[in-house]
Amino acid sequence: MNLFCIGLSHHTADVATREQFTGSATTESIVRQTGCAEALLLTTCNRVEVYAVSDRRVSTDEIARCLIRKANSDPHQYAPPFYRYEANKCAHHLFRVASGLDSMVVGESEILGQAKKAYESARQSGAVGPYLHRLFQRAFRVAKQVRTHTEIARGAVSVGSVAVDLAQRIFGKLTDCKVLVLGAGETSELTARALVSRGVSDIRVSNRSADRANELAQAVGGCAVVPFDEWMVQCREIDILITSTASEMPLLTPDKLAPMLRERVDRPLFIIDIAVPRDVDPSANEMDGVYLYDIDSIRSVAEQSLALRRQHVVAAEAMIAEHVRDFVDSISRGINRASQISEHPSLGENPLHASEL
Amino acid sequence: MERYLLIVSTICFLAAVLHTAVELRTGVFRPMRFNFFAVGLGFIFQTAFLSLRGHALGRCPLTNLFEVFIFLAWSVALMYMLVGSIYRLSLMGAFTAPLVVLLQGFALLAPIDRPHPSRLPANPWVEFHASISLVAYGAFALACIAGVMYLVQERQLKTHHLHSIFYHLPPLADLFTAMTRLLWWGFVLYTLGIVSGFFTGHPLPRVQVVAAIGIWLLYAAILQGRHLRWLAPKRVAALCIIGFSAALVLLWGITFTAELNPTP
Repeated sequence: MNLFCIGLSHHTADVATREQFTGSATTESIVRQTGCAEALLLTTCNRVEVYAVSDRRVSTDEIARCLIRKANSDPHQYAPPFYRYEANKCAHHLFRVASGLDSMVVGESEILGQAKKAYESARQSGAVGPYLHRLFQRAFRVAKQVRTHTEIARGAVSVGSVAVDLAQRIFGKLTDCKVLVLGAGETSELTARALVSRGVSDIRVSNRSADRANELAQAVGGCAVVPFDEWMVQCREIDILITSTASEMPLLTPDKLAPMLRERVDRPLFIIDIAVPRDVDPSANEMDGVYLYDIDSIRSVAEQSLALRRQHVVAAEAMIAEHVRDFVDSISRGINRASQISEHPSLGENPLHASEL
Repeated sequence: MERYLLIVSTICFLAAVLHTAVELRTGVFRPMRFNFFAVGLGFIFQTAFLSLRGHALGRCPLTNLFEVFIFLAWSVALMYMLVGSIYRLSLMGAFTAPLVVLLQGFALLAPIDRPHPSRLPANPWVEFHASISLVAYGAFALACIAGVMYLVQERQLKTHHLHSIFYHLPPLADLFTAMTRLLWWGFVLYTLGIVSGFFTGHPLPRVQVVAAIGIWLLYAAILQGRHLRWLAPKRVAALCIIGFSAALVLLWGITFTAELNPTP
């Protein structure tokens, strides 16, 4: 049996190339066209990969022909970006993919869900047999272990998630936090959505254009709209301020903040200033209880998180290598066992060994 | 035998410290289970030691500086075990263990385990006063640790430089709640300790009384400032550290002068 993986990813192909191979093939069509004993198609925005088991050697071209969207296109012109991994290298690659080490954002967890979905879909279509079953179950286990025992998934790496992460570091639970979104930009909306996803229910929106404020309020869901000339009053009540107006001058300065802070001495104020030029005077960060993050500092936090994740790649790789060795050993033991069973049928009475293979 | 119990207890706390240090060095930090069990085990051995020593003395084991240090370390561990799950499951164990190791390590290494010149008769008021005051010290010690954690976290948030330890510290709001709660516990216990001191039947040294009331006033001022919202959380955190440092100096002064002028 040949266990192999053929695919392309953001490492080897640009999005224009990747989209040529996305969307037309299914696991069933691959099995039907190539005659593989087992097959699984993993498709995400960053990769298209086929994991398969076959009695004969299936060429990369054959898989490329299955994946290509336009029937009359020549897959040969796309052959270079395809990679191919066989046997233990295939297992190694899948374990890295599932653990998020091969992802564009190292350590991201979405890929694990996508791999599980692909596995479930292939299993339901009957294309997953004992080899892929064991391979993928092991991959899910490895991914979980890598995430638990290293910091590979630690820290936030997008503006929205950094904002949420920092807010949780300051306030703990966000359910009681009051948020004011000042200026209805796209990033503000994403940040507000991220906060809502973590339990924030009191969000107020204020914008020079009331129509745009209403749009954002509806998009985020159930937000109150505050007239733009009243946003300063709101600042006395809120815990988190997301600001992204087009103002040329800072809207908030230490002088304006000082009287507000006197009324809320034991309540911190977290300000996310996404505007360029900035809406909040940077010196406001020096004030007690004010945590000011502009777009550069949020990016810096995201980069620190990524750097932290990269530090743990070596540890994660070591874990994966160990699992690959163990997996190959277990498969070899299974194969030896199978050959013994074929020579001595009485050994096959144990259903566990039979099902393992 | 009892000294071995204390050595084993110290090793347990030291294991928690080393575990934290190694994990922080590698950048992978999971303080929860290991630290909690290490501190829990250390606490059991501490309790066994104090129990044996108490039986041998026929009274609460607070007759010399050595026993005071061990009792204080026990109080700190007790407070750590009692404080809510949120703090137990955080980095607080990692911050608690070094303090206990310092206290017990010093007690074990320094020649301070000298038997009291005279066998002290059991005086329930003295024992209550001393033990309740030391448990109050345990609460103040933990408030101090929470204060240190608050300032570390606050500093990282202000400077935008987040070390991996940042992700294991409890949120600022939780640390502030913990500090406030521990200050109240410590304050109530300390008040009981001071009041019970007046019922011991012994003449009280004026300097110690003034210093103890001074510390009581400091903590009362912190709590009042907190209650009236005059003090920002950062200042409360800093005052928790200052308050405990002052309380430690007072404790050392009390035990030192008590050893110089033993009273029957």
